[in-house]
Amino acid sequence: MFSVDLLLNAIIAGILLGGFYAAVSLGISVAFGLLDVVNIAHPVFVILGSYAAYAMNTSLGLDPIVAGLLFTPVFFALGVAVYRIYYNSFEKKGEESLRGLVFFFGILFIVEVVLLLQYGVDYRLVEAAYIGESVHIGPVGIAFRLLVPCLVGMGLTLALYLFLSKTFYGRAIQAVAQDSLALRLMGANPIRIKTLAFGLAIATASLAGALLIMIGPVEPSMNREYIGRVFAIAVLGGLGNIGGTFVAALILGVVESLTSTFYGPSWALAVSFGVLLLTLAVRPAGLFGR
Amino acid sequence: MMRPGKCRTRRWSWIGALIAMVLVAEAWAPAISAAQTAQPIRIGLGMALTGGLAANGKPALMSMQIWAEDVNKKGGLLGRKVELVYYDDQTKPATVPGIYTKLLDVDKVDFVVSGYGTNLIAPAMPIVMERGLVFMGLFGLANNEKFKYHGYFQIMPAGPNPAVDWSQGFFEIAAKQTPKPTTVALVGADAEYPHNALAGAREQVKRFGLKIVYDSTYPPATVDYTPIARAIKATNPDIVFVASYPPDSVGMVLAAHEVGLTPKLFGGGMVGLQFAAFMTKLGPKLNGLVNYDFWVPEPTLKFPGIEEFLRKYQAKAKEAGVDPLGHYLPPWAYAYVQVLGQAIEATKSLDQKKVMEHIRTNTFDTIVGKVQFGPNGEWATSRVLQIQFQNVTGTDIEQFMKPGKRVVLYPAQWKSGALIYPYAKAKP
Amino acid sequence: MQRRVFLASMLAVVVLGALVTRVIQNQYYYFAAYVILQYVVLATAWNILGGYTGYVNFGSAAFFALGAYTSVVLIKAAAAPLVVLVVAGGLVSGLLGLGIGYLTLRLRGVFFAIATLALAVVLQTMFINWEYVGGARGIYIIRPKTVPFFTSYVEFLFAVMVVLAVVAVTVAWWIENSRVGRGLAAIRDNEEAAECMGVPTLKLKLVATTVSGVLMGVAGAPFPYYVTYVEPSSAFNLDYAVNSLAMPMIGGTTTWAGPVLGAVLLGTAQQVATVTISSALNLLIVGIILVAFVILAPEGIIGLVRRVTKGKRG
Repeated sequence: MFSVDLLLNAIIAGILLGGFYAAVSLGISVAFGLLDVVNIAHPVFVILGSYAAYAMNTSLGLDPIVAGLLFTPVFFALGVAVYRIYYNSFEKKGEESLRGLVFFFGILFIVEVVLLLQYGVDYRLVEAAYIGESVHIGPVGIAFRLLVPCLVGMGLTLALYLFLSKTFYGRAIQAVAQDSLALRLMGANPIRIKTLAFGLAIATASLAGALLIMIGPVEPSMNREYIGRVFAIAVLGGLGNIGGTFVAALILGVVESLTSTFYGPSWALAVSFGVLLLTLAVRPAGLFGR
Repeated sequence: MMRPGKCRTRRWSWIGALIAMVLVAEAWAPAISAAQTAQPIRIGLGMALTGGLAANGKPALMSMQIWAEDVNKKGGLLGRKVELVYYDDQTKPATVPGIYTKLLDVDKVDFVVSGYGTNLIAPAMPIVMERGLVFMGLFGLANNEKFKYHGYFQIMPAGPNPAVDWSQGFFEIAAKQTPKPTTVALVGADAEYPHNALAGAREQVKRFGLKIVYDSTYPPATVDYTPIARAIKATNPDIVFVASYPPDSVGMVLAAHEVGLTPKLFGGGMVGLQFAAFMTKLGPKLNGLVNYDFWVPEPTLKFPGIEEFLRKYQAKAKEAGVDPLGHYLPPWAYAYVQVLGQAIEATKSLDQKKVMEHIRTNTFDTIVGKVQFGPNGEWATSRVLQIQFQNVTGTDIEQFMKPGKRVVLYPAQWKSGALIYPYAKAKP
Repeated sequence: MQRRVFLASMLAVVVLGALVTRVIQNQYYYFAAYVILQYVVLATAWNILGGYTGYVNFGSAAFFALGAYTSVVLIKAAAAPLVVLVVAGGLVSGLLGLGIGYLTLRLRGVFFAIATLALAVVLQTMFINWEYVGGARGIYIIRPKTVPFFTSYVEFLFAVMVVLAVVAVTVAWWIENSRVGRGLAAIRDNEEAAECMGVPTLKLKLVATTVSGVLMGVAGAPFPYYVTYVEPSSAFNLDYAVNSLAMPMIGGTTTWAGPVLGAVLLGTAQQVATVTISSALNLLIVGIILVAFVILAPEGIIGLVRRVTKGKRG
C-alpha cells in the first residue's frame, strides 16, 4: 500500500493538521508555560469560540475566521475575569497548583453546561464557500478546510512570537515567567502583566474555536478530547516556548497522519500520546525546553 | 396606618377563603370521578438527555410525550391516563442499573421501556429479566443475542440478524450492477455500533464473493479524515462501506470530496446523514451517496399517522432546539410505546406475562407501518432501507421534507426510484 | 483518633452493612449505595497519592478500567469467582501503579499529571483493539443468578463494596498514622528537602503509587457484574477521573476522612440529582459546587470544620 504519493500527501496533511493543533495549543503554552497556570479549561474556551463563530455564521452569514477575530476582545475580557478570580482565590495565597486545577475543572463543567443549555446537544457546523473544496498541486491535494486553519495557526504563532519577543509587554510577560520579583523592582506590576497574558491566552481560543468548527462538527462536550492533545503539544514543545509549541504541533500532526495512512487510524491517537510519554520519560522539559 | 392595613387583611382573608373553597372543590372533583380514571398507568424509562447520545435522546423523549398526549386525549389506556416517568441516564451505562431499580422499586411504575442505544439498553437487561418484565427496546443492536430473553422487543427494523442484515441491502444493490464490482473497502469508527456493522459487512462480503482491499477503524476523536480517505483511494476499491457516527460521517464525506475518492458505490452505514443539521450543511455533496435509513418521506412509506405525528413533532422541535425534521429516531420512539399501548389495550391488562405474550404473537399497526417481532425480539423481517441522495440542490431544509431527495432503493417492497450508478454520475 | 476506636468503628460499618442486607429489600438502594461506596474506594485511593504525596493522578479511570477488564478476562477465561477477580484486579492495577511510580523519578507536578492522562488514552486504545474482551463493541457479562447468604446478587455486590471501602479506608488510615505517611507528607511539602534529610523518597513514592493503583483496581474489579455490559468508553469514563479527584478536594485531602466525606456527599448528590433533576443542570451543579468549594473552603469540609471549631475554642 506504500507509495511516494501517499507518503507526500500524509506528510502534507499532517502539517496542515499540525498548524491547526498549534492554534489550539498556543493558549495553553502561554498560560501553563509562562504563567504556571494549569488551565485545563482551555479546550472548553475553544469550544466556546466555535459556538461564537457558529452563532455569527448562522445569524449574519459571517465567515468563521472573521467571527473568530471579532470575538477576540470578548474572550480577552473573559480571560481577564477568570484570571482575576483565580489570582484572588489561589495564587495570592500560594495554593495554586492542586486547587487551581480543580477550579479549572469546575470552570470546564460550567462553560460546557451553559453551552448545552443554550444550544442543546446537536452537532453544529458552519458554512463557508471554501469548505469541502480543495486544490491539487501535482500529486498533492490540499483541502481548504484544513489549509485555512493551518495558515491562521501559523499567523497566530508568528504574531504571538513577535509580540512576546519584540514588544515591551511581551518581554514583560517573558520576564514574569522568569522572575517576578525582578520585574517588580523594575517598576512593572507582575499581576497586571500576568492578567494581560492570560487574557491573551484565552483570546487565542476564540480564533482556534472558529478553526475547529470549520474543520468539522462541534458539540459542547467535545472539549474533553482535546485536553490531552493540547497538553501533550505544550509539554512536547517545551513549556512557554512558542516556536517549540508550533513545531511540536506539527510533529504530532504528522505522526497522527502517517499512522492513520499507513498503519491504521485506530492507533493514531495512541501513537501520538506514546510519543508524549516517551518524551516525558526521556526528556521531561520537552523537545525545546528552556 | 394600622386600620387600613387591618381592613385589607380582612378583605384578603375573604379572598383567601374563596380560593381555598375553589381548591377544595377542585380537589374533590377528581376524587368523585376516581371510579373511572383512578391512578395513571406509569411507564418508566431512562433516556440520554445529556452526553453523547442526547442529540437523539431528547427528540426520542419528546416523541414519547407526543404519544402520551395523543393517548390521553383519547381517554388514556383502559380508561386510565398514561404518565411517563423518566430520568436522564447522561449517556452513561453506569447510571442505568440505578435508574431502573429506582423506577421499579421506588416509583413502582407499571411498565419500563428502554433508553436509546445499545450501550444503555444492555445494563437494564438483567434487571428486567430477573423480574420477568416486558421490555421494549429503542435502537439496540443485537442486545438480546446473549440473553435470548422472551420479553424483549426492539423497534429498530434491523431484522432477526441485526449486524448482518444491516448491510444486506447495500451489498445486494452492489451485486446487481454490471460489471459486478469486485473490491471493497471497509472503514468505521472505534465504537460499539460501527464495529458491529463492520463485522456484518465482512460477512456480506464473503456471501457475495467480493474481495476486501482495505479494512480499518479510526478513533472517534479523529480530527482529520483526509489521510484515511487517501489511504482508501490508494487501494482503488469499487465499493466503500462506511460505518460511522455523526461527526465522522461528516468528516468522511468532506474528506472523500477533497481527495477525490469516487468509488462506484459509497456509503452504507453512516449515522448522522439522516439529520437536518448535516443534510443542510453538506447539501449537494451528499448526491450519489447510498446510505441506510429507516424512514424517508417517499410515497411508498406514507403510513397512517406518520404525517400527523411529524407535524406535531416539527412544531415542538423548533422550540426545543432538536432535529427539526425528526425523520430518523422520533417515529420509532413513538412506535415502540405505541406497540406497548396497543398490547395493553388488547389484553385489557397490566399483567406483564399477558402483554408479553400478546406482543410476541401479534402484528401491530403503527406510524412506522406494520410491526411484527420474531423469536429473538427483533423484527421478524428486516426493513433497513438503503436510500440514495439524489438531486440535492443548495442547503435549504424544505427540500428534505419532500420526496425525491432520498430515494428508496431497497427493499424492493418499498422501492421508490432507481439507483444512479456509478456514484460519480450522481455528483454535480 | 485512637487505634482501637478506629478499628472498632470500621468493624461496626461492616456489621452494619451486613445487617442492612437483612432488612432492606429495595434493590435501588443497593445499586445507589454501591456507586457511592465505589467512589469512597476510588477517592481514598486517589488521595493516598494525590493528597498525601502531592502527585496528581488524572488517569484514575485507567486503573479502574484495568481492574474491570482484568475481571472480564478472568470471567471469560475461567469463570473465576468474585474474590479472585478482586485480588487479580488489584494486582494488575497495582503493577501499573508501580510502573507509574518509576515515572515519578523523572516527572513531577503537572508533568506527572499529564503523563497519567496520556497513559489512560494509550490504555483505552489498547482495549478498543483487543477483540478478546469485546473491543469497541463491548462485552456482556452475565451475573450469576444466585449467591449463597444473599437474596440477590446486587446485595452481594453491595456487601463486597462495603468490605472494600472499609479496607481502603483502613489502609489510608494506617498510612497516615505510620512512618510511611510522614515520609509521604515530607515529599509533598518539599521533595528535595526530604531527599536530603534521608527520606527514602523513591521507595515511599513507589509504595504510594502501588497502593493507590491496587485500590483503584479493586474498585473496578466488581464493575463488570454491576453494569453487566463493559465497553471501553464507559469503563474509561472521564467521570472516574474527575470524581476521584474532586471528592477528596471537597472533603479535604490531608486526612483519611476527607475523601470519605467528599465521596459520600458528592456521590449522594449525584445519585439524587440523577433521579430528580434529570437535565444538564445536574452537571452545572457539580461544577458550581466544585468551584465554590475550592474558592471558599480550600481545605475541604474537614478543614472548614476544623477552622470553625478552633475559632470557637479560641
